[in-house]
Amino acid sequence: MSESMTMVAALNASLRRAMEEDPKVVLLGEDIGTLGGVFRVTDGLAKDFGDARVVGTPLAESGIVGTAVGLAMRGYRPVVEIQFDGFVYPAFDQIVTQVAKHHYRSSGATKLPIVIRIPYGGGIGAVEHHSESPEAYFVHTPGLRVLTPADADEAYHLLRAAISCDDPVVFLEPKRRYWDRAEVEPQRADDPWTPRVLRDGDAVTLVGYGPMVRTCLEAADALASQGVAAGVIDVRSLSPMDLSPVFEQVRRTGRCVIVHEAVEVAGLGGEIAAQVSQECFFSLEAPVTRVAGAYLPYPPSRFERHYLPSIDRVIATVREVMAL
Amino acid sequence: MTHDTIPGWEDPIRLLNPEGGFHPHSMFPLEIDAELFRTMHRDMVMARRVDTEATALQRTGELGLWSSCLGQEGGQVGSAHAMRVGDFAFPTYRESAVAWSRGVDPLGLLGLYRGTTHGGWNPQEHGFGLFTIVLGSQTLHAVGYAMGIQRDGSDDAVIAYYGDGAGSEGDVHEAMVFATVESAPVVFFCQNNGWAISEPINRQTVVPFAQRAAGYGMPAVRIDGNDVLAGLAVTRWALERVRTGSGPVFIEAITYRMGAHTTSDDPTRYRPAGELEHWAGLDPIDRMERYLRANGIADDDWFTQLAADADALGERLRAGVRGVADPDPIGMFDHVYAESHHDVERDRARWETIIAGGAA
Repeated sequence: MSESMTMVAALNASLRRAMEEDPKVVLLGEDIGTLGGVFRVTDGLAKDFGDARVVGTPLAESGIVGTAVGLAMRGYRPVVEIQFDGFVYPAFDQIVTQVAKHHYRSSGATKLPIVIRIPYGGGIGAVEHHSESPEAYFVHTPGLRVLTPADADEAYHLLRAAISCDDPVVFLEPKRRYWDRAEVEPQRADDPWTPRVLRDGDAVTLVGYGPMVRTCLEAADALASQGVAAGVIDVRSLSPMDLSPVFEQVRRTGRCVIVHEAVEVAGLGGEIAAQVSQECFFSLEAPVTRVAGAYLPYPPSRFERHYLPSIDRVIATVREVMAL
Repeated sequence: MTHDTIPGWEDPIRLLNPEGGFHPHSMFPLEIDAELFRTMHRDMVMARRVDTEATALQRTGELGLWSSCLGQEGGQVGSAHAMRVGDFAFPTYRESAVAWSRGVDPLGLLGLYRGTTHGGWNPQEHGFGLFTIVLGSQTLHAVGYAMGIQRDGSDDAVIAYYGDGAGSEGDVHEAMVFATVESAPVVFFCQNNGWAISEPINRQTVVPFAQRAAGYGMPAVRIDGNDVLAGLAVTRWALERVRTGSGPVFIEAITYRMGAHTTSDDPTRYRPAGELEHWAGLDPIDRMERYLRANGIADDDWFTQLAADADALGERLRAGVRGVADPDPIGMFDHVYAESHHDVERDRARWETIIAGGAA
């Protein structure tokens, strides 16, 4: 039976269910105890599960991830919260050097089922270091999985999949969508490690993930009113990234526009474009094109409405690749 | 705890002096039978043989690199024998004598340096983590593991090994913060061997390392790191203390890196004259042999057999390393993930073609 929830409430419900099912699931992070986290994703969990399972940690991101490694070696399934995207870099060494490689180094003897939750992306008028999109660093690191939900229902199910996975998962939560509501259906069953085709189309395929999925859907609605049938695909699993549903649709539409907040240069859009170009070359009617962040640090928030990919930019780019 | 209450502050705790004389310490009683005396001596001798064989194998091109623990066997073997079976040690890359004492086959270590594996042993099987090359990281893993022990309601305990150089890494600081606020059952065993490649300890600290412990709120002890008996007695004391939930303990073992940093290093470019000779007179194995002989714990026959066992180990290691076939190339794709991963499987299929001589 489905229930209307915000993404924050869906994440909370997903954590709660995982903790009820498996006593080895422990949460670590700054302010996640009594406060419930700065976004309240862990609200009420410390009260119900105790401070041995919901650990309000010292203010030290490398320490949070590094101790999660040790807990996982002892048989626990830590779910850590990094408070904001821009705070993950002090833990970057532990994530890239230790978390990603340990299963490989140990020839499979040691599994590290760790979930690293990171609120990411812009659009909330935040100060510096609170609006970044670091996904490419993690996707570029073999050994990590990277998931990013687009709405509340996805958040519930992808987090369930991340926690039950025996590999480490970087779980990127689009914070500007935290307060969006959607129907969450707890019994849903699909493969979270493959893209979701949200809309079919015959003119162009819009490819996005995380916060940009809603942007793509809204752009597709507007394009439909202009007589352009745009397909929309949510990649959602950035590692592994099985783009076969994208290839399948682009072979029919002949056009592909990729949308993400992260800097365009060396971003995931480049990887997706390269694969689409290789797989769909003889079906393409126009260059595969990206709508993404400019090559500059995330700007002060008064600039962000100009910086972030907008519905208008997506529509304008689609019209360009369609020569309209 | 102020400096003058740190045991060993002036003179590091030493139960066995370089001449083989035994001096008991009231705070760190030595409860040990003849068998353990002999076992620890044997472990030091065998670990040293692993070192000399590995160095020779590197010089003949069979290994890419070796990092020797020459001279540090006392603190390593003593602390390792303070551990119980269920305890867990997190090493850097210089704890080959701890590895030996925890039952790790040295051929596993040599596989790492030959380049056939990044690991070489099953950490869970031996209670001995994989070597850690990016230093300091392992101290956080040790604390996390200890936090798991607490949640299990177990009285197992953990040793985090690291050195004077790694002590400058931020992760070691964070590990000590987490360990103290969580009262985690972990012993920080700092081997101060005087050198971080070419940087002497005055490039890492302006105070003795043991002094740092007070700032975190944990007791510290300084020991003679070349004394296997001090290593055993003090680490046992520390482990028993941390098992009770009293929080972590810091041990600074004063020792000396008698070899180069690794086989790629040339310490003649930076080591002051006379330093090596001074420390050679403080050798951990020599003093133990004197003690065992003087006290009738081991006789000539026993030492002759030990030398023969070390020779046999050397032969086994030489044959074992030279006999290792290069791994199956497609095996490089194994164990990247625990569960199937689309991108790895795609590339595995491509490389099967590439390795067979095709383009993909």
